[in-house]
Amino acid sequence: MNAELLAFIILAIIAIAAALGMLFSRSTVYSALFLVLNFGTVAVFYILLNAPFIAMAQVSVYAGAIMVLFLFVIMLLGTEALPPSRALPWQRPLAIVLAVILFAEAAYLLFIRRVAAGDVPQPIQAFGSPQGVGNALFASYLLPFEVTSVLLLIAMVGAIVLTIREKGK
Amino acid sequence: MVPVADYIGLSAILFTIGALGVLIRRNPLVIFMSIELMLNAANLAFVAFTRMYTALSMAGGGQPVYSGQIFVFFVMTVAAAEVAVGLALIVTIFRTKHSIDIDNLNSLKG
Amino acid sequence: MTFFYLAPWIVFFPVIGLLINLVFGSRFSETVIGTIASLASGLSFVVSVLLAYSLVGHPEAVRWTIGEWIHIGTLQLDWTFRVDTLSTMMMLVVSGVGTLIHIYAVGYMHEDVRFKSDLKRFQRFFVFLNLFIAAMMILVGGDSYLMLFVGWEGVGLCSFLLIGFWYEMDTLGRPSWANSNAAKKAMIANRIGDFGFLIASFLMFWAFHSLQFDQVFQQAPAIAASNPGLITAITLFLLLGVTGKSAQIPLFVWLPDAMAGPTPVSALIHAATMVTAGVYLVTRSAALYVTVPAAQFIVALVGAVTALFAATIAVGQYDIKKVLAYSTISQLGFMVAGVGMGAFAAGMFHLATHAFFKGLLFLSAGSVILGMERGHHHLAHHEPRKGTKEKHPEEVFDPGDMRNMGGLRKTMPVTFWVYLTGALALAGIFPFAGFWSKDEILASAFRGGFTAIYWLLAIAAFLTAFYMGRQIWMVFFGEPRHAAAAHAEESPQVITVPLIVLAALSLLGGALDLPGVETLTHWLEQTVVFIKPGEFVWSVALISTGLALLAILLSWLLYGRRPLKVGEVDPLKQMLGPVFTGMERKWFVDELYWALFLDRYVDVSHFAADVIDGRFWHDWFHEKVIAGTYNWLSHIALNRYADQLGIDAFFNSLGEWTKEAASGLRRFQNGFVRSYALFVLIGVVAILGYLIFK
Repeated sequence: MNAELLAFIILAIIAIAAALGMLFSRSTVYSALFLVLNFGTVAVFYILLNAPFIAMAQVSVYAGAIMVLFLFVIMLLGTEALPPSRALPWQRPLAIVLAVILFAEAAYLLFIRRVAAGDVPQPIQAFGSPQGVGNALFASYLLPFEVTSVLLLIAMVGAIVLTIREKGK
Repeated sequence: MVPVADYIGLSAILFTIGALGVLIRRNPLVIFMSIELMLNAANLAFVAFTRMYTALSMAGGGQPVYSGQIFVFFVMTVAAAEVAVGLALIVTIFRTKHSIDIDNLNSLKG
Repeated sequence: MTFFYLAPWIVFFPVIGLLINLVFGSRFSETVIGTIASLASGLSFVVSVLLAYSLVGHPEAVRWTIGEWIHIGTLQLDWTFRVDTLSTMMMLVVSGVGTLIHIYAVGYMHEDVRFKSDLKRFQRFFVFLNLFIAAMMILVGGDSYLMLFVGWEGVGLCSFLLIGFWYEMDTLGRPSWANSNAAKKAMIANRIGDFGFLIASFLMFWAFHSLQFDQVFQQAPAIAASNPGLITAITLFLLLGVTGKSAQIPLFVWLPDAMAGPTPVSALIHAATMVTAGVYLVTRSAALYVTVPAAQFIVALVGAVTALFAATIAVGQYDIKKVLAYSTISQLGFMVAGVGMGAFAAGMFHLATHAFFKGLLFLSAGSVILGMERGHHHLAHHEPRKGTKEKHPEEVFDPGDMRNMGGLRKTMPVTFWVYLTGALALAGIFPFAGFWSKDEILASAFRGGFTAIYWLLAIAAFLTAFYMGRQIWMVFFGEPRHAAAAHAEESPQVITVPLIVLAALSLLGGALDLPGVETLTHWLEQTVVFIKPGEFVWSVALISTGLALLAILLSWLLYGRRPLKVGEVDPLKQMLGPVFTGMERKWFVDELYWALFLDRYVDVSHFAADVIDGRFWHDWFHEKVIAGTYNWLSHIALNRYADQLGIDAFFNSLGEWTKEAASGLRRFQNGFVRSYALFVLIGVVAILGYLIFK
């Protein structure tokens, strides 16, 4: 067992624990914070996977912007716990069963059929750096990049339109 | 060397947890967060596979493959946009309904 | 030179005349219409004269074909005119008397359409009259039994059309079915006769394989020798046709009713020409009749019995035209008896003279009737009755009733003298035409040993003189019994001139066949080879003259010496009582026919209509079977089973099933986002499972 594998296992445990924490936490704020932790862990994973640019983007966009937005809205809406629901009693058991089946399928693929098993040689240093990603982004993927900018504009406009209060209302 | 399969396995676990969250929790914000978790798990899988294919390609004397990371970049962008709009929606709905239980949003039943 | 090529024009001239009047007549004045019609008939007469003249030096028959008709196998029947002495004699009589009657009719119809208030009908009369002449010419000019039958039917049709000329009224002008019924009666009685004719011609064709005169008459002796029964059947069926057309027993009943037609029609068709078609037929078929003496005797007997029977009825009639009608039937009986006895010359001679004097009598009777109508009209419009307000249009006045007449010889002298001439001719007084012709028949009966027939005819002759005397005294002598008679006026010249011509013919017509000279007999024997020369037997002549004078004396005693007064009962009625009633009521023949045949026919017809057509066909078959089946099919079979229980049930069940499926599936759409997400995830898992394990 080398250092990478050890690091991976520890980080994996932390990530899963954070995810579970987010799932089962009674307080919404705690869920958000658990998710932030999860995102951070995943960012570390990205670094381990030779994607430093993506890791930084993850931290700044996901953990930094999205989760902050989440926390603002949580503040706006209040964090009281919801009373147990009387509708859909079969929802929870069935959901758990399905989750188990889903995981079982994944496990089957990975451990019984051994898809994508085996070591992978280390790539070159410049892979995953901002220069590399930037080159690819502005050379081969320019059109999607531009379209994405339009998408962001739409999102901004949409968000404003949805929440604007008419004068006098 | 951590095999790619481990990363994929982790991604699957995170995805399952996210799906469970969507199904079980009734707070729309938590559901949204579970969706983000699922997206994140997919991103992780993308990046893992990119590294694998680049390594294989470079071992064979070719160019590095960036498509996975570029895709993750776009996913993040889209996720950000989606969160903005989605949260705006939730806020708007809360203004009307004054409750954050999504079980109250059942007037489209058939 | 000969004029045989003109033969078809005896038909064509009247046809052209009728077509011109038919198409353009509504634009012409009455004079023009009458002139065209009379001219057509007159030209036909001229052609007949030319044809007769052509035959003088060429007495054999000439056949002139104008077109092919039936050519089937060995049967060759064409439209062929036969110009021989017999047919030209008939043509002359028909067209000659016909032309005079056309001229008379111009004057008569001029007044008649005014009395009946329908000026537009003038044109139609002359169209029909010309049609009649054309049809009669086809009858007498035809060369085969088939062409004769065409003319036979044609004159029957014209008789129907002309009897029912004033079809919506009765003789007095009141709205009624009477005239139409009379026309129908004529048509039906003639039809029964036509049936006989047709059966005879079928038998003839079967036996002789032809209907053409020459071919039939050539084969007649041979067929008669081998199969006399067949010839007897043919001749007796022809006799049935004769009784229909020439008004003998048993089919004579239509002729008295036919007096409903205008008087020119009575004169032309029912005295002079159409009714003589039967006599012509027997004479033409002489070759057949002489081979079966038994049939001949039956013909003669029918004629003689009819002569006496009709004469008795004529004695008791009060209507001036009815007397003449029964007299016609009686005289036709004389003719039929004559040709039945084989005295063809005598029969045809009497046919010609009868055409003259009976035509004259009818036309003069028409003049009398018009005079009475003029008198009545004069009364009604110029001299209203004292005390009573004008009620004349509704007053029922019969201008033909002899009980209303009297003393007309003072107001209508010309009519009186011509009528007297006709009456004397009919009574058979020397030297008028009727004497010679009737005497020939009586002499033939006497000499031929037909004693029964002689006595029947002699008594009929006695009665003939008696009823004519009665008529003359009642109409022209004594005092007028009605104001209309007192104011009667003489007829105009267009009426009286033809009367005078006919009177001359009645006086001089005997010259046609005077004993010794016998012009007509020699003329006819070219064609009718079996003709017996006319007889003149002094004893017969003296007896018949004596009987006639006795009858006239009797009539004077009863009606002339002490003329009948208004409302007085007929003296003969007082004498004979119920016998007179029988004579007056025509021996109840019509009532008998109704009870025996016509009511039975009505019963059959009612049965067919009510039971067979109504109850069986309509009520049962149509309603129950057809409509019921159809209704069953549509209501029960198709509607209930096929449609409701079958198709509807199936498609309704489809709808129900869809509804239930939908309501079942609707439970999944519960509005909860979480459950939707769950379903998505179920789908994802399923697809993943499929992809993994496929």
